Amino acid sequence: MSRFLQALFGRLPIGWFQLTHSRTRFAAALSGVAFANVLVFVQLGIMLSMATATLKPYSFFQADIMISATDANALTEGGNVARQWMFQAMADPEVVAGTGLFIGNIAWQRGGKTLGLTTYGVDPAQPAFLGAAMAPYARTLQLPNAGIVDRFSRGLPQEIAAAIRPQSPSSFEASGTQLTLYDTFAGGGGFGGDGYMLVSDQTFLALFPARRSGAPDHILLRIAAGADPVVVSARLRDLVSDKSLRIRSYGDAAQEELTYQQTKRPTGIIFGFGVIIGILVGLVIVYQVLSTDVAEHLSEYATFKAMGYGQGFFLSIVLEEALILGVLGFIPGFAVANLLLIGMAKATTLPIEMTFGMAVYVFVGTVVACSLSGAIATRRLVAADPADLF
Amino acid sequence: MGDDHALDIADLNHWFGAGEAQKQALFDIDLEIDRGSLTVLVGPSGSGKTTLLTLVGCLREVQEGSVMLLGHQLHVAKPAQQIALRRRLGFIFQAHNLHGSLTALQNVLMGLQVHGATDQDTQMSAARHMLTLLGLGDRIDYFPANLSGGQKQRVAVARALVGNPDIVFADEPTAALDRESGMTVVKMLKQLGQVRGTTTVMVTHDNRILEMADRIITLEDGRIVNDTSK
Repeated sequence: MSRFLQALFGRLPIGWFQLTHSRTRFAAALSGVAFANVLVFVQLGIMLSMATATLKPYSFFQADIMISATDANALTEGGNVARQWMFQAMADPEVVAGTGLFIGNIAWQRGGKTLGLTTYGVDPAQPAFLGAAMAPYARTLQLPNAGIVDRFSRGLPQEIAAAIRPQSPSSFEASGTQLTLYDTFAGGGGFGGDGYMLVSDQTFLALFPARRSGAPDHILLRIAAGADPVVVSARLRDLVSDKSLRIRSYGDAAQEELTYQQTKRPTGIIFGFGVIIGILVGLVIVYQVLSTDVAEHLSEYATFKAMGYGQGFFLSIVLEEALILGVLGFIPGFAVANLLLIGMAKATTLPIEMTFGMAVYVFVGTVVACSLSGAIATRRLVAADPADLF
Repeated sequence: MGDDHALDIADLNHWFGAGEAQKQALFDIDLEIDRGSLTVLVGPSGSGKTTLLTLVGCLREVQEGSVMLLGHQLHVAKPAQQIALRRRLGFIFQAHNLHGSLTALQNVLMGLQVHGATDQDTQMSAARHMLTLLGLGDRIDYFPANLSGGQKQRVAVARALVGNPDIVFADEPTAALDRESGMTVVKMLKQLGQVRGTTTVMVTHDNRILEMADRIITLEDGRIVNDTSK
């Protein structure tokens, strides 16, 4: 290592020698950086999983424009939308189809456990509104009281999920209706429920007797090929009589919900703070290590000053130390965080994973944060006065 | 100043503190030191020897008067020029000030690397040679914590001399050394003066060195009270 650093810096790797001279302290410093890395990784992992979980339900459907109630900041939030606005919107020459999307929560009693399933009701006679993974189930959903369930639902054993096939369906009663599950799809637990379920709009209305077919949660629209959903949305805002409605492109609706979940909902804000706190912890740990190191070697640095070494040399030593701590601290931090994220994903069924982007982001952030701490720590070098050596 | 002077000091005054607490440490020092000479500063504690050493060694700012070091006026020298000048000096401190995380060899290498990039093998060989000359050939990979006081001091001497400095400033360099090691160091300094023209300015109370000095300057209360050349 010292040969590599000597070749890299073109001088004796004094930072490396200083750090490794006390192996116990070096190990403690690396543990501190690794700990900060784990904090950031875990928080980022949860944040990213929240993003994935937020966007996942949007992938179940295909639409160009979504009409929602004014208070619908998320798919599962807000009031209903009158179906009449769908017909009004379809008067636009570039709107070619429309359908209502119903959303509710169903409790699946399984033995002593209850699974909370976020349930979506759509018209299976219009498969153009189903996402690629859902379209093959359109005919199944047309069966009375039929549904397909998320095989990754939290609390649903894999062997039970695997057994749910068209030839061996599983039934349960909800709201006095006998619901039959004919197949499964890959959803994944979210933050709002244990999993997802897809049914037809008619089955949905049977499951939720209080809901009316004329008042879905959202209206999905398809537009003509080549038409711009943003332009058509703007036109529909003028066309539709209820000016309080949110008429957005489907992509914009998904992104707006993501921003809302990350910046307005307490969970998103908490995880965001977690990342910041992780970075601050790392900064403080590295600053503490480096500034203590500078203070302990003040007389040696003063000697080097007397010998004719300039400020750049001292800065390079401290930055060398910062880089070593950042790089070597990252490795155990990455390994431990990876294991933790795998464990968390298994325990929660949330889409938590270590991504390449996350690893690069945290590594670069660690090196930058360590360098920043190092740069701040060099302020103490001013106190190294060679005149005090005599 | 003539070319035969390594150091030319005129009307040098220096104070410590400010306001009513201000105390003058040096008074009207006038001094020329020839190249290649071995000059010893003596005097009681607090007489200004160390202050003078730090001023002419470019480690402290000149307040009043003139100090010409190797042809450069110090009070107008910019920081970069001061750094460049320091690279032409060698310092031997009473408290050796070795870097605790570096081996004896690495400490000596620091005295070479300050001059910039040269062949590493050449630097290593020069550092080893210097340590061997000072009787530390079998201690090159030892950390300072594992060396005796005398051995540490010899490493410090090797570090100061390995870069072939124009002037060596030394503060009690033989205090921690036994008679034989002390004489080796002083003879080496004397020889460097004769062969390379290296100038040595040394603060010492060691009578053995006084006998070998070319010039002995006595300071008392910040003033030169005696200046004897041999």
